[in-house]
Amino acid sequence: MEVPILKQGHYLIASIQSALTDADLSQLREALIARVGKYRARGVIVDVTALDVMDSFAVRTLRDIAHMARLRGSETVIVGIQPEVAFAMVQLGLSLKGIVTALDLEEGLAFLSAKERERG
Amino acid sequence: MADELHLTIASDVDIVQARAKGRELAAAHGFTLGDQTVIATAISEIARNILLYARRGEVHIRAATDTGRDGLVIVAEDSGPGIRDIERALQDGFSTSGGLGLGLPGARRLMDDFDVKSVPGQGTTVTMTKWKRSHG
Repeated sequence: MEVPILKQGHYLIASIQSALTDADLSQLREALIARVGKYRARGVIVDVTALDVMDSFAVRTLRDIAHMARLRGSETVIVGIQPEVAFAMVQLGLSLKGIVTALDLEEGLAFLSAKERERG
Repeated sequence: MADELHLTIASDVDIVQARAKGRELAAAHGFTLGDQTVIATAISEIARNILLYARRGEVHIRAATDTGRDGLVIVAEDSGPGIRDIERALQDGFSTSGGLGLGLPGARRLMDDFDVKSVPGQGTTVTMTKWKRSHG
């Protein structure tokens, strides 16, 4: 299932709607990285609220998205990790070290705006 | 709902399916949302291992009872290349597939009981169980 990517101002918002296969996740990564250039996006938000499982592949893909976007001049914020998912991720031994996370979309947008003001 | 599930793993869609079915069965047996998520995540990891190393295999999920405790047993089996050094495969960061190497050790941390049997050249069977906490 393709993840819709919305453009809002200087930001791209990928709002995951349902469980994703590995292929869906890889497709999301390609699409986001391409669009960061196309729309000259300053920030990317990936909303994972709808994900009820984040396994090693999902976490690795999100990490790749954030690193690739940064190389393209864009900040990524992962928002909406559910409490049970956070618990399972920690048990599994997964972290999003170095990746910005926020509670929800609103907080994610606030982070990006603050970051942009900082940049001037 | 059936008390036993037999699922073929041959594509990434099957991984999503297996963890969704596992979660459903865990929910039907009264596991907490937290444990359902832990079980679904462990299924995801071992199902992906099947796909990565053996390309296809099966995941069996069933309810179990042991001395009054209720649990969920997940068996993942394949006829793939097998694991030469199980001790090493259970160490963090060890992977022969170029992945994160979290599959087996990660799943072991998520579950209560964990057992790997493997014969090189014949295949691998992973058996893991999550027990329901008596409270909460």
